[in-house]
Amino acid sequence: MTTDTLENTEHHEEHHAQPSGIKRWLYTTNHKDIGTLYLWFSFIMLLVGGGLAMIIRAELFQPGLQIVEPDFFNQLTTTHGLIMVFGAIMPAFTGFANWMIPMMIGAPDMALPRMNNWSFWILPFAFSILIGSFFMESGAPNFGWTFYAPLSTTYSNGSTAFFVFAVHIMGISSIMGAINVIVTIMNMRAPGMTYMKMPLFVWTFFITAYLLIAVMPVLAGVVTMVLTDTYFGTSFFNAAGGGDPVMFQHIFWFFGHPEVYIMILPAFGIVSTIIPAFARKKLFGYSSMVYATASIALLSFIVWAHHMFTTGMPLFGELFFMYCTMLIAVPTGVKVFNWVATMWRGSMSFEIPMLFSIAFVILFTIGGFSGLMLALTPVDFQYHDTYFVVAHFHYVLVTGSLFSIFAGTYYWLPKWTGHMYNQTLAQWHFWCSIISVNLLFFPMHFLGLAGMPRRIPDYALQFADFNKWVSIGGFAFGLSQLLFLAVVIKCIRSGEKAADKPWDGAEGLEWTVASPAPYHTFSTPPAIKDE
Amino acid sequence: MRGRNRIWLLLVSLFSNAAWSDSQLNLTKGVTAISNEVYDLHMLVLYICTAIGVIVFGVMFWSIIFHRKSKGAKPADFHESTKIEILWTAIPVVILIAMAIPATSTLIAMEDNSDSDITIQVTGSQWKWHYKYFDQDIEFYSVLSTPREQYENHNGEPATRSEHYLIEVDKPLVIPVNKKVRFLLTSDDVIHSWWVPAFAVKQDANPGFINEAWAKVDKPGIYRGQCAELCGKDHGFMPVVVEVKSEEDYQQWLKEQQQLIADAANAEQASLSASMSKEELMQLGESTYLAHCAACHQPTGLGIPPAFPALKGSPIATTGSIEEHIDIVFNGKAGTGMQGYGKQLSLKEIAAVVTFERNAWGNDTGDLVQSADVKAASGE
Repeated sequence: MTTDTLENTEHHEEHHAQPSGIKRWLYTTNHKDIGTLYLWFSFIMLLVGGGLAMIIRAELFQPGLQIVEPDFFNQLTTTHGLIMVFGAIMPAFTGFANWMIPMMIGAPDMALPRMNNWSFWILPFAFSILIGSFFMESGAPNFGWTFYAPLSTTYSNGSTAFFVFAVHIMGISSIMGAINVIVTIMNMRAPGMTYMKMPLFVWTFFITAYLLIAVMPVLAGVVTMVLTDTYFGTSFFNAAGGGDPVMFQHIFWFFGHPEVYIMILPAFGIVSTIIPAFARKKLFGYSSMVYATASIALLSFIVWAHHMFTTGMPLFGELFFMYCTMLIAVPTGVKVFNWVATMWRGSMSFEIPMLFSIAFVILFTIGGFSGLMLALTPVDFQYHDTYFVVAHFHYVLVTGSLFSIFAGTYYWLPKWTGHMYNQTLAQWHFWCSIISVNLLFFPMHFLGLAGMPRRIPDYALQFADFNKWVSIGGFAFGLSQLLFLAVVIKCIRSGEKAADKPWDGAEGLEWTVASPAPYHTFSTPPAIKDE
Repeated sequence: MRGRNRIWLLLVSLFSNAAWSDSQLNLTKGVTAISNEVYDLHMLVLYICTAIGVIVFGVMFWSIIFHRKSKGAKPADFHESTKIEILWTAIPVVILIAMAIPATSTLIAMEDNSDSDITIQVTGSQWKWHYKYFDQDIEFYSVLSTPREQYENHNGEPATRSEHYLIEVDKPLVIPVNKKVRFLLTSDDVIHSWWVPAFAVKQDANPGFINEAWAKVDKPGIYRGQCAELCGKDHGFMPVVVEVKSEEDYQQWLKEQQQLIADAANAEQASLSASMSKEELMQLGESTYLAHCAACHQPTGLGIPPAFPALKGSPIATTGSIEEHIDIVFNGKAGTGMQGYGKQLSLKEIAAVVTFERNAWGNDTGDLVQSADVKAASGE
């Protein structure tokens, strides 16, 4: 697919008087501004959630309770999880969607710009409530980010109402964001851009948006049931009133498992954009990538109970969920094979986005392997709720999702800021991150296999050595992210001027506009030619 | 100079064998036929994943090394191949089936709870385990026995920690070797999970429902595990310890337990007519309080409000009636974390604890409570 660069569309800006200062950001309906807001918000949340993780690692540095009380420790693990999932990873991807989807499909903006503004601006309120609960008498939520009833209902510390309200707002924001993505993609593609010509990045966000619309209402339902169980005397999850605490887990994980893919499918899209660019070779198996993404999304609805093998499911249920979960390895494998085949006999170079993408392929696959191990019910009885699980989901979410976010940021920073990033600093960021993140998460596999349960503030002495290493890795990884902040700020302020298309192998409409991207792009749709 | 020595010492300690001898890298093989099967399955999948990883990453690194632009590599033009795509969809399916077959047979064996020799009910509550032997009239609580000073280190590290720090209990569960023991698991409050890695048994204890699990242990010994499901503040402090004894030792142990239970009943009866002095009550009250109440209400009596209210200055422990106070301690308070201690403590201990709470931390009511008062107020 080739494209014509149309007249520069900058002259449109003159027609609108731009509010300046804070009002520009409060009132903006521009997809690029909103994308920027999402990305900065998610970075701040990454630092907050990371700060909480540092306190956790400081407490776990050696046996004994030195720094925090067990109850506060539970508040830390709970809010760390909630902030990283709903505050860091998901908004970062929405930021990418906002910035890139219109530019990739040749649309002037998102289809519903005012809703776009609203869906971002309610997020800070949600997280103010959540983080603010630390300073209230009840303390922050302390029942784990999975908020299993009845720990979050009858036995909660009084933070349940704030937690539920915050999650409702996050859910509304996600649903609106997802609607916007779907409407934009379905209606605003440039003429000639058929579905199977869309960049894979757009495809993965399209499918993710459907997942969000399908499961966020389920989350809203389950938190509402928790709310009424806690404060209004219902008994959804209370056996004494005819309810069932395990039903909570079924409903929660029916949301929770697709949620996992909501956080990884966009990462697939980003990596599938970057690898071909630096291998200078077309993505191998484009259509099989689309089908694999769709099948992963469909399978995600029928595997939820693999999080609950120890709850006392009947044998038939365990078998069903084990087989379905194992099946996910097939489309996921197809994706990894396709990336490797894209690199095969390419002409590779190793700029920072490519380094993060290659790290993604290797480390995400390691997370996939431990996922396959966890899928097998009999062994899951041993792994379940141990550090093995913690290692598994941090490999897919940190070296998976987060690394793809880094890769994407480095890849499009020249387009966003008009400057190239500082090579040396970025190299430092990559190498510090990759070493420390493995020191942080790899030994967790050993801890889990040796029998260390997750979510404990203190541990038996045989776990002491690895925990020390894990904590050192944690501090190093956390500090490395300040390098990332330095790179981005430097890049915004100064740096070598970026060409319109700074990567010689890059493809796509976003590289046909100027760098930095003008405030309004594609006011007249570009023409998409067949090859 | 001192600083440098310390760093040196730290480095040496990190790499010395002594530091790593305790660290286990792999899953435990365990002491039951099932746990051995689980271990084999774990190793099988681990080897398969490693092999796949070596092949896939090998191909990738080959490209990274030989197909680089800096070496003048020109990109090839291929970007699809139906044949190879079908192949790498089909081969994983075959590998998965090869894993699923042994997994299925192990799972079926694990879930076969029939024909057990002994049945024990395991009940989790915040934060202890209760074991009840069916047909034996034996039941007891099993609580963490590591002293608080060893893990509450806000004011400095303890001189020593016990060998089984945080994985030791006052009364372990005792079962005989080579007998199929069935566990019925439930909970009094939130969800707990009873886990003994050496048996490959991890089963949730759900309030209001009963789960089943079983183990047939090959080797006498002491096996340790922990609660695996987040169950609140002291989730990290409710270990599981199982002592597996030979058949004779087990029978001997049963006899001892029955004797102990009979003795306790006699002592309970005797305490009804006895009257204790304030010093005796306060002394017993303080030790009982620290063992059973301080986790939530804190040694200072200040609690962790709002979930765990303060007792210092609380109306219940000062101006309120003694009967109500006893009732809460004895029967618990529905809808809160306050359990009933009627089953866990003797009348004497409850009398002492109530006396202690009404006279400690400046709650100077001067009230004395005796076993007979507890008996009367408990409504039994």
